[in-house]
Amino acid sequence: MGLLSDPNRRRALISLLTRLNAPICVLCYFAAVCWFMGLSFEPFTLRTYMSENAMGSTMVEERFPAGERALATAKEFGAHKKKVGGMPVDWLVKTMQARGLEVFTQRFSRTLPFPDENNERYIVEGTNVYGILRAPRAPRTEALVLSAPCSPGDDNNQAVGLLLGLAHYFRNQVFWAKDIIFLVNEHDLIGMQAWLEGYHHTNTTGMDWSPLQGRGGSIQAALSLELSSDVVTSLDIVLEGLNGQLPNLDLANLFYAFCQKIGVLCTIQGRIQRNDWDSVSGYSHAVQTMMLMVMKQASGRSWGDHGLFLRYHIEAATIKGINSFRQYKTDATTVGRLLEGMYRKLNNLLERLHQSYFFYLMPSLSHFVSIGYYMPAFGLLAVILLLRALDLWVQLATPPSRNEDGVADIEQSSTGVLSVLTPLVISHLTGAALYMLPVRFQEMAVEHFQVSETEAVVLTAIAVYTGGLALPHNTHRLISGEGTEQGWRVLKLVAVLYLAVLLGCTALINFSLGFILALTLVPVASFVTPHVPKLLSAVVLVILSPAFTLLFSVFIFQELQEMPVSFQDGWMLYLSVISQGILDHYLYGSLVYPLIALMVYPCWLLFWNILFWK
Amino acid sequence: AFLLTFLSAIIMLIFICFCVHFQNTAGQFFSSGHTNNWAVLVCTSRFWFNYRHVANTLSVYRSVKRLGIPDSHIVLMLADDMACNHRNPKPATVFSHRNMELNVYGDDVEVDYRGYEVTVENFLRVLTGRLPPSTPRSKRLLSDDRSNILIYLTGHGGNGFLKFQDSEEISNVELADAFEQMWQKRRYNELLFIIDTCQGASMYERFYSPNIMALASSQVGEDSLSHQPDLAIGVHLMDRYTFYLLEFLEDIHPASKSNMNDLFKVCPKSQCVSTPGHRTDLFLRDPGSVLITDFFGSVRKVEITMEAIHLTDPILQLEDGPMSEEVQEKTYSYVDQLPVSEIIHQKPKQKDWHPPDGFILGLWTLILLVFFKTYGIKHLKHIF
Repeated sequence: MGLLSDPNRRRALISLLTRLNAPICVLCYFAAVCWFMGLSFEPFTLRTYMSENAMGSTMVEERFPAGERALATAKEFGAHKKKVGGMPVDWLVKTMQARGLEVFTQRFSRTLPFPDENNERYIVEGTNVYGILRAPRAPRTEALVLSAPCSPGDDNNQAVGLLLGLAHYFRNQVFWAKDIIFLVNEHDLIGMQAWLEGYHHTNTTGMDWSPLQGRGGSIQAALSLELSSDVVTSLDIVLEGLNGQLPNLDLANLFYAFCQKIGVLCTIQGRIQRNDWDSVSGYSHAVQTMMLMVMKQASGRSWGDHGLFLRYHIEAATIKGINSFRQYKTDATTVGRLLEGMYRKLNNLLERLHQSYFFYLMPSLSHFVSIGYYMPAFGLLAVILLLRALDLWVQLATPPSRNEDGVADIEQSSTGVLSVLTPLVISHLTGAALYMLPVRFQEMAVEHFQVSETEAVVLTAIAVYTGGLALPHNTHRLISGEGTEQGWRVLKLVAVLYLAVLLGCTALINFSLGFILALTLVPVASFVTPHVPKLLSAVVLVILSPAFTLLFSVFIFQELQEMPVSFQDGWMLYLSVISQGILDHYLYGSLVYPLIALMVYPCWLLFWNILFWK
Repeated sequence: AFLLTFLSAIIMLIFICFCVHFQNTAGQFFSSGHTNNWAVLVCTSRFWFNYRHVANTLSVYRSVKRLGIPDSHIVLMLADDMACNHRNPKPATVFSHRNMELNVYGDDVEVDYRGYEVTVENFLRVLTGRLPPSTPRSKRLLSDDRSNILIYLTGHGGNGFLKFQDSEEISNVELADAFEQMWQKRRYNELLFIIDTCQGASMYERFYSPNIMALASSQVGEDSLSHQPDLAIGVHLMDRYTFYLLEFLEDIHPASKSNMNDLFKVCPKSQCVSTPGHRTDLFLRDPGSVLITDFFGSVRKVEITMEAIHLTDPILQLEDGPMSEEVQEKTYSYVDQLPVSEIIHQKPKQKDWHPPDGFILGLWTLILLVFFKTYGIKHLKHIF
């Protein structure tokens, strides 16, 4: 119609666009931030509800009686664990067989790319023990998993005890329509990864494991239990999994429904729900809960043993028992009843959980924000990038007004591409170096410097990162010609579009990561030109770079968990976070580290190049 | 002398009334016009959480069998096997009351269409009789023009449709057309249609064939609710309407004289939450004169009498049995669609003749007047 094809109107639109570009961008940015903060305001959220018809309401009778016996088993398990100095495989096999399960073991081993200082392990060898309760009358086509980790020291003894108690009780019931697999995994996530890879016959992370002798059909849902005390005051559910993937919201709804039915205090992110959403403190409580979830999701780590199930499309969650200073204690029998109720309901499932949301944020356990509500916050940030791109396009399309070097104008189209290509290639090569060098050259670093391997890796990464900052001054010596005015515009256009696509794709998969990166990188992308004051913008650019975003996130995360750290401790924590991120990538296939090293960092380097464009 | 006349007049009157009463009984004896009973009981939903639909159907099956309809005359269609479902904590049972009071599955249930055989096509084929020659007799509805058929449907429904097995639907238009096919092929004498689904009343809106009475558990726009969950089994056991229907039917025995008006009162809104509805405009008899056992039972009518019963003229005129409606006087040929409305709105078929009530009253008044005229009013005080 006339709006875009009429030249007068078009010119008017274009002039409007160029005039109002900066104000609209600023407005969009603040609107995005306000939208995001408003997400946890209770009237804007929805109450959670059960979407799956087959699970229905909490209409079952839980009759698990043997909490005390489970605790006795837990003590036995602890004693055997101490005696063996690891996983008491023989005792576990014998106990599970005594309860009527079909028991199998799996050995696995993995040499980490560099030692893990948080968990103090380098060469990991272990055994998983699992017992299958066969459904009495059903074909062996579907399964449910209940797992408890075998942790060093005295942790999680009660979880294993309760698991064995539940196994004994479940074995006496006739109404199971799916096989139930009771799994005790050693070395938490590594053991779980080995078991899952063995179960699904995939080998994505280079681990060495013995094949599984017994199998139960396709797994519909899984729960991982972490219980380290005889009584609990509250139960916490952990949903965030690998790469920020979340289980179906129905699993959290099921947990919450049973918590309400049985009367156990249930939390998410370890924070108790408050009812006063209209007060400032109530609102900030909800904001903090949601921010915790956002940060946990953005890290791409699996925050419980359940996180690795999610990529196989198995809905899984971790239930942690927390014992804090509170009057009302819940005993093991009640926790067992809650799990029994959940498993009876999961037993009724006919298909995988798919009716409820897969993408959501939870400011509290009874309210949620779905993707349709939180995505506009990111959309507004993406709009800023698109507006900037349009602005640049318009500027590129009007060369006659700036006629300083007529020669450069004619050559612009031919040198434009080349001048853009060089910074692109060099940035991505730096990114590739950031990805590969730290792990590959750790031995060399250890030889030359007095550091441990882990520190070597982390410090190499930081060194490469900082080294990349020196690039623009050096690459310009390599390019024969000088950069032109059009050159940096073309580069910025390409960089802005590249960033938009990158952040868009990231936000689709892991909204939190995409949003946090967008919050810092979009202002960078918008305002950087060669003409802004160099020193100030350089400082701002460095502060808004991914590495510093990570540093600030570490501090904010500690603040949100009400365990603020000093700068020294924070720095150590930051280094360990980097090493954990690299380890997660090599061990479980987390994509945060490659994403940042290979894509986000080069993109940021392009903007750094533009800043120092001559 | 007058006393004698008076007494004989009274005896004559009593005798006339007696005859009339006999005529009434005789009329009632042959009033319904059916000679055999059939039942088609369909549960259309599968999956464990639809346990209550199977329990609904089985409880109606149980009542119908108890009241005398044999398995050979019942077509039972159950879309899923709840008794042997892996999730059933009490295998081989289907309970309709909480705490496992009543097992409607029993040990002699005979399911004719089971599992995936319960489809819209099979249901319509059963109704219309268009089955392949290889279909066994137990899967056929072998009704004739003297059959009273009870059709009971339950499952998940909506405005104008009933869902079969999560993959297909039958609409109210299809159902009405199927009944019209049955009518034209003389496959029923009278039909009682009961449906217990959400918005069930929409299913009988489109019926246009005569001699159909319909009941539904809820009106359009209302949901039919389930009755009670059993925590040990973990599902809802029955729907409200059928639960109260079962309670009502448990009081019916083969000699009951309860009629359809009592059936319409089953499960009022206070118990059912939804408003049950019924439709009787297509039915030619007065619902008050229709016995429950006309449809739910298979009553062999036997009455021992020492008297000779004179069948009144209209009955004698026809060769093939006691009363018959005017429609069946015609030869068996397909009728046009249009005259159907004529049939519905024609004058009601003639009942047995009995003296009008006013006549008896006038007779007594006359007797009293004659008495007082003869013996004088002063004797009045001797009487009162």
